[in-house]
Amino acid sequence: MTNSPPTAHRNSVSPDDDKVLLQLTGLKKTYDQTEVLKDINLDIKHGEFLTLLGPSGCGKTTLLRLIAGFEQPNAGAIYLDGVQMAGLPADKRPVNTVFQQYALFPHMTVAQNVAYGLKLKKVPKDEINTRVREMLAMVQLEHLANRKPQDLSGGQQQRVAIARAVINRPKLLLLDEPLSALDHKLRLQMQSELKRLQRELGITFVFVTHDQEEALSMSDRIAVMKDGTFQQIGTPIEIYETPANLFTAKFIGETNLFKAEVQGVYPEQPDRDGNVTNGRIEVEVCEAQAQDGPTALRNLRRPNFANDVQVGDIVNLLLRPEDLRIYDPKDTAHSGLLGRVIESNYKGSTLDSIIELANGHVIKASEFFDEDDPSFDYKLYEAVKVAWVDGWEWVLPEEDGAIKSRTAQNVTAQKDGS
Amino acid sequence: MARNSLGSKSPFRTATLWLIWGWLLIFALLPNILVIAVSFLTPDSSAFISLPVSIDSYVRMLDPLYFEVFVHSLWMASITTVICLLLGYPFAWLVSKAKVRWQPLLMMLLILPFWTNSLVRTYALKLLFANNGLINKSLLAIGVIDAPIDILYTQGAVIAGLTYLLFPFMVLPLYAVFTDLRNDMLLASQDLGASKTQTFWHVVLPLTTPGIISGVLLVLLPAMGMFYVADILGGSRNLLVGNIIKNQFLDARDWPFGAAASVLLTLAMAVLLLAYRASSRRIGKTDFNEVA
Repeated sequence: MTNSPPTAHRNSVSPDDDKVLLQLTGLKKTYDQTEVLKDINLDIKHGEFLTLLGPSGCGKTTLLRLIAGFEQPNAGAIYLDGVQMAGLPADKRPVNTVFQQYALFPHMTVAQNVAYGLKLKKVPKDEINTRVREMLAMVQLEHLANRKPQDLSGGQQQRVAIARAVINRPKLLLLDEPLSALDHKLRLQMQSELKRLQRELGITFVFVTHDQEEALSMSDRIAVMKDGTFQQIGTPIEIYETPANLFTAKFIGETNLFKAEVQGVYPEQPDRDGNVTNGRIEVEVCEAQAQDGPTALRNLRRPNFANDVQVGDIVNLLLRPEDLRIYDPKDTAHSGLLGRVIESNYKGSTLDSIIELANGHVIKASEFFDEDDPSFDYKLYEAVKVAWVDGWEWVLPEEDGAIKSRTAQNVTAQKDGS
Repeated sequence: MARNSLGSKSPFRTATLWLIWGWLLIFALLPNILVIAVSFLTPDSSAFISLPVSIDSYVRMLDPLYFEVFVHSLWMASITTVICLLLGYPFAWLVSKAKVRWQPLLMMLLILPFWTNSLVRTYALKLLFANNGLINKSLLAIGVIDAPIDILYTQGAVIAGLTYLLFPFMVLPLYAVFTDLRNDMLLASQDLGASKTQTFWHVVLPLTTPGIISGVLLVLLPAMGMFYVADILGGSRNLLVGNIIKNQFLDARDWPFGAAASVLLTLAMAVLLLAYRASSRRIGKTDFNEVA
């Protein structure tokens, strides 16, 4: 595995856009000879809401602990407002953390918990009282100031934890899966509340989660992690619409992948309006090759792979469920893949269908519900044709751990084509 | 601690509850009531106790002769408790920080001496402390002292013996609170700007207080009662409340006075139990069953 995938998007924000608050360069962390973090580089801007997203064990929590100062890196630098933090313990860093289990002190009241950081800094009593009251008002907990944390509900405890961290006016607030202990409904509510707090306070948030939906709905930018490296760093739209690799594509949202063989490459051609574009490629979807009758070539945008696309290459076409359309198999106006509906779930605003293609490949299509269309409701095992509009797909190179060499790709192409 | 989730109507549960209540009633409550009742009676040379009801026994405890023994006994037990706490607190902390697979072994080593009768172990200490015992012989051999020093039959010998016998009782409840102490509490405190010392005073100490009180409960009161330790190691001048109780029942045949001394110890226990409950409530633990 290379340190950063060749197609990974660089920081989508230009460096002179805003001032960088936190700069991580070449961070490495090893436990018992296992590299948990491998060469982490990241710039976080002032006021940004950045999410570290990845499956458990990807190193996201370790990275958070390095920024907080609970652990020290084996190599690399952590600059906060230009000051080197690596080597400093957590109590000497202007950074605060909201813990996964909140870690509220059970022997202190809510107000005492919130006042803790200020008391340690020897802030005058009157000022502490005023600030605690303001803070509790901000999280709507003034009426519970004298309760013990264990007498509060999960959502209330969560807000105390945030208040206790934020009252210290940290330059950076770290949140370690803070919503994972809440039930779904409360979670959604806390998501928007956290966003509101972040806007009002203007504090930079680094948020750790394994929940991709949470990441998409809350973040300014998402850093997708796997095996101690960043897979992609970008806005939620970039991550969802133009994933850098198959891992990101599969981890974020629901994904249908189709393998296709490149039949023609047409680089940099002026389009109808005379603009020079990236060019086009013509592909044949492998699943369509198995179908009877002539298969239509699909005319796609030429992707920006590290290695140029060539005829005979196998590429992955990524289509989200909402990109797919379902037609009658006899419909000749649309070329697509034949299959049958094996499951149909009415979701209110959408109708989600699970479709098994002729070769056994199971895909998911999600269509907006149209009550005026009588043909909309599919019968179980009904034969259908799945199609999409060319240009809606996202093309990714074939990969098998590492990006393959061209010869290796050709071998796969032959295998898949047979 | 996790509560047992047996169904409320299960016959096993009903039987168990009856058994426990019956046991406590016959073997705990009834004897205590008897002791309290006896303490308010008058001593009798043939029947041990007789009417009339009186508070003479309690008044007699204020007699300087006995009062001094109580104070001295409390003093020795307190020193024992403080030593056990000062050694046991870091000990329990270190065990709780050890690798999880080592912890059972370490705790096992701690309670291993229980397999030998404590009376036997006290006699073993006597052999160590004696003028020609191992300690004096070793010190003489390496030339630290010229003549044997008095260890046996001193207050120090009693305290050493009590500490040796009661140390595990201090460690066990402390170990329990330390294993319950969540690491993220300490991290949160550090994160909010506390030094290690500040975290200890503001977070670790309050959260381990129930364990401290529980340990004190299990060391202080038995320390005042272990008459054989004072008998074997202390000589005639280092008596414990336990010695008084024993003497009154077996030698002086003054049952009411012995009972009154017992009641005094029981009251001290009750005070400590209330303190334990208060400190547990403070850190949000309402489960009272945790006292070992």
